[in-house]
Amino acid sequence: MNARVCARERVTQLDEVHAIELRNITKRFGSVTANDNISLTIDRGRILSLLGENGSGKTSLMNMLSGIYYPDEGEILVGGKPVSIRSPRDAFENGIGMIHQHFKLVDVFTAAENIVLGLEEKGKFDRKAIAAKVREISDRYGFGIDPNKKVYDMSVSEKQTVEIVKVLYRGAEVLILDEPTAVLTPQETGKLFEILRAMRADNKTIVIITHKLNEVMEISDEVAVLRKGRYIGRVKTSETNPAALTEMMVGRAVSLNIDRPVPVDPKPRLKLNGVTVVDHEGVVKLDHISFTAYSGEILGVAGIAGSGQKELLEAIAGLYTIRSGNITYTPEGAKPQELVGKTPMQIRQAGVAMAFVPEDRLGMGLVGDMGMTGNMMLRSWLSGRSIFVNRKGPTELAKQVKERLEVLTPDIEYPVRRLSGGNVQKVLVGREIASAPSVLMSAYAVRGLDINTSYTIYNLMTEQKQKGVAVIFVGEDLDVLLELCDRILVLCGNRVSGIVDARTTTKEEIGLLMTRVGGGREDA
Amino acid sequence: MHEQKTPLIRLAKRGVMSPGRMWAIRGASFIVAILIGAILFLCLGHNPLEAYGTIVTGSLGKATAIRQTVKLAVPLLGTALALAPCFRMRYWNIGAEGQITAGAIAASYFALFWANRLSGPVLIPVMAVAGALFGGICALIPAFFKARWGTNETLFTLMMNYIVIGIVRWLQGGPWEGKPGSQIIPTFAKSAMLPKVFGIHIGWIIVLVLTVLMFIYMKYTKHGFEISVIGNSENTARYAGMNVGRIIMRTVFISGAICGLVGFVIVSGANGTLYDSAAGGVGFTAITVCWLAQLNPFAMVGISCLLGVLDKGADTLQTRMAVPASISDIITGIFLFCMLGCEFFINYRIILRGHKEAAEK
Repeated sequence: MNARVCARERVTQLDEVHAIELRNITKRFGSVTANDNISLTIDRGRILSLLGENGSGKTSLMNMLSGIYYPDEGEILVGGKPVSIRSPRDAFENGIGMIHQHFKLVDVFTAAENIVLGLEEKGKFDRKAIAAKVREISDRYGFGIDPNKKVYDMSVSEKQTVEIVKVLYRGAEVLILDEPTAVLTPQETGKLFEILRAMRADNKTIVIITHKLNEVMEISDEVAVLRKGRYIGRVKTSETNPAALTEMMVGRAVSLNIDRPVPVDPKPRLKLNGVTVVDHEGVVKLDHISFTAYSGEILGVAGIAGSGQKELLEAIAGLYTIRSGNITYTPEGAKPQELVGKTPMQIRQAGVAMAFVPEDRLGMGLVGDMGMTGNMMLRSWLSGRSIFVNRKGPTELAKQVKERLEVLTPDIEYPVRRLSGGNVQKVLVGREIASAPSVLMSAYAVRGLDINTSYTIYNLMTEQKQKGVAVIFVGEDLDVLLELCDRILVLCGNRVSGIVDARTTTKEEIGLLMTRVGGGREDA
Repeated sequence: MHEQKTPLIRLAKRGVMSPGRMWAIRGASFIVAILIGAILFLCLGHNPLEAYGTIVTGSLGKATAIRQTVKLAVPLLGTALALAPCFRMRYWNIGAEGQITAGAIAASYFALFWANRLSGPVLIPVMAVAGALFGGICALIPAFFKARWGTNETLFTLMMNYIVIGIVRWLQGGPWEGKPGSQIIPTFAKSAMLPKVFGIHIGWIIVLVLTVLMFIYMKYTKHGFEISVIGNSENTARYAGMNVGRIIMRTVFISGAICGLVGFVIVSGANGTLYDSAAGGVGFTAITVCWLAQLNPFAMVGISCLLGVLDKGADTLQTRMAVPASISDIITGIFLFCMLGCEFFINYRIILRGHKEAAEK
C-alpha cells in the first residue's frame, strides 16, 4: 500500500521529468560485457520497445531496473532522483515492476494468493479485501481475471495476466515485460496489446523487450535498439519501418525473405498411424497421432508449448515407448519398414535424424564440456571394433561443419558450452545434416538465434528439402512457419487439431487450431 | 534504511583464468594452510618449524618411514581411482568403504579356507578376482536400483556401507572367529599374503598400473566417452542412442570392483587379517582425493601421497612431541579445507564497496 502511495506522489511531483533515466550503465559477467555504457531515458505514459537480437543485453539491462542484477558502473534515476535498486523489493518501492519470461507463480495458490505473496502488510490476511482490490485492478484495464482460480488451472495467457496484476498491485508505475508474446497465440497477443494500451491511457509507463518487428510496429510509441551490449539509438515508431529497424538491430541490411521452392516429386516418407504414447505417470502424451511426412517437403509443427511436440519427435526417434499405433518409414528406393520396436540407435542408423534444441540449448544432443570433435563423436563413437574411440573421422567432420556453417570457435576442441547460442545450434544442426538423413526432425532450431543465423538455418532446412529429405520443423514463431513450411501440422492438447497448407492459411486460422475448443486443452 | 549505497561485499563470477594464476592461488592456499597449522602448533606450545620438520622427517626421513607412508597412500590412491569414473558420470558413489570391505571379505574367505588347497601363485589371483567381483556386486545393487527406478544413489550407497561392515562384525564374532570369545579372525597363512618389492607389498605396483589404465580408460576408450556424455547430460546420451541404465551399471560395477581389489590389497598386503574397520575411512577420504585431483588419475598419485605424509608425519609428531592424537586429523582437515576453499576464489572474485572506483583510476 505504502509503496503505491509513494509512487503516486512522485508522479504528481515530478510529472515533467523522465520516468526513468539510465546513465552510463555497464554490467559485466566475467569477461563478457552485457551492457556497455548505456544511457537511456524512459518517458512516462509511453510504450517503449527495447529491441535487439538475443544476447544484445536487453534483458540484463532491464534486470538492473527490477533489482535482479546490480550495475557495475553507472547510475539509475527514477523520477529525477538517483536510486539504488538492490532487490526486487527496492524496485517495487520505486514503482518498477517486471514481468519475466518465465513466470514466478506458485501452482497450488490462487491468483489472489500469488498476487499478495511476499507482501508484508500489517493486519490480518483479509482474503475478501484482497480479492476486491484484485477485481478493481482487473476491471480498470479489462483483464478479466478470477482472483480465486488456482494457477494450475490457468492457461499460459492467464498466468501472464496474474503476473501483470501482481506488479500493478504493488503499485508499479513502470512495467517491464520481457518477451511477453513468446508464449501467446495470435489472439492472446491481441488481447494483451489491448490491455497495454489501456494502461498507457492510465499514464503507466511500459517497456516491452522483444525481437519481433511486427509487434514493435504495432504496439510501441518509440523503439530503442541495442546491439551486442551497446546502445544504438532510438526512433519514433511512426517514423520507421521494419527494414530500417532490422538494419539498426543487425548492423547492416538483411533480406527478410525465405526462399520456398515447391516440393519436387513428394513421396510418403514417414507415416504415423494412430500413435499413442503414455508417460511413466500414465498421462497420455500423444493421442492417436496420424499424419504423413513427404520427401522433399518441410512439414511445420505448430502448437502452444507443451502440446506434445517433444513427445512426437521422441516417439519417432524411438525414445518414447509407444503404446499403440505404428510408424512406417520408407527410405528412398527401399521397402517400407516399421519403426515401432526398434532401438533409438537402429532408427538413427536407418536415416532418421533429430536436432532438438532445448531451453538450455545443450541438454539434448550436445555435451557442453566437450569440443566440437567430441560432439561430432556422439554420432559415430561406436564405429569400429576397437575399444578405443576413433577421433579422426569426428575431427574431420568438425572441421567441415566449422567451415561450412561458419561456426565461430577458437578451436574445434574448445568446449561448446562456451560458444554463443547461435554457434552451439550450428554445431547441433550441422552434425545432424552431415549424417545425410532421409528424415530430418528439428525442434526450436532457431531458438534464441540472431536474425542472420536464423536465416542460415532456414536455408539449411530448405537445402535439405531440395535434396529430397522429409523435414519436420517444430517452431515457435508462426510468421516463420508460414514462410518456411509447405504444410503445417497443428498440435493441441497432444492431438492433431489440423494440417493446413502453409501457402494459403492465415495466422488466425492456425491460432484457432492451437486452442481449438474440444481439442482436449480446455477440458484437460 | 534505504540509503544510496552500493552493497558492502559483492561476488562476481570470473572469466577464464590463466593456468598460471590458477596454480598461484592453489599454491597460496597451501601456504595459508601451513600458516594456520603453525598458529595451531603455537597455541599448543610447540615450535611450528620443529613440528613441521618432524612431520617431514617422520614420514620421509627413513626407509621404514617411507614404507609406512606408502602403505597409507596405496589404498587411498586405489579407491580414488575407483571413484573417478563414477564421479565423472555424476554418480555419487559414497559406498567405497563398503565396497572395499566387501572385497576384503571375499579375499579373506579364500585366504582362510582355501590356503591349504591352493598354492600361492594360484591363491593370490583367486583372492584378487574374488575381491573385485564381490566389491563390484556390492556396488551394483544401488546402481541397478538407480538405473531401473531412479533411486537416489547417495543414500543407497551410504547405507550399504553399514550393512557390509555389519556382516564383518558378525563373521568376527561368529563363523570365522578364531579363538572362541576373542572376536578376532585368525591371521592369514603366509601363502595368502602379498609378496613384497622394495620392502613394501606389491599393492603399490598394482595401484600405479591402475593409475595408467584408468587414465587411458577415461580418456581414450568408448566406455570413457560414454561416461563423460552421461555425466554431462543423460538426455544427450539418450538422444545419441546410448543405453544409459546399462552404462551406469557397467561403470559402477567397474568402480566397485576396483574398490574390492583395494580391499584385497588391504587384508592381504597390509593387515594379514580381516576386521570390521579394515577400510578405516579410506572410502571417504578418497572422495576428497578424487575431487582435489579434479578426477585426474596422475594428480591423485600426488594428493594421496601428500595425505599419506600428513597422516604418518602427524603420527610421529604425536609420539615425539606428545601432542594429542587428534592433531593429525586437525592438520589434515586444515589442508583439505584450504585446498578445496581456494576453488571458490578461482571461480569468483570479491568486490568490496568503493574498491571498484579505486581499481579503475
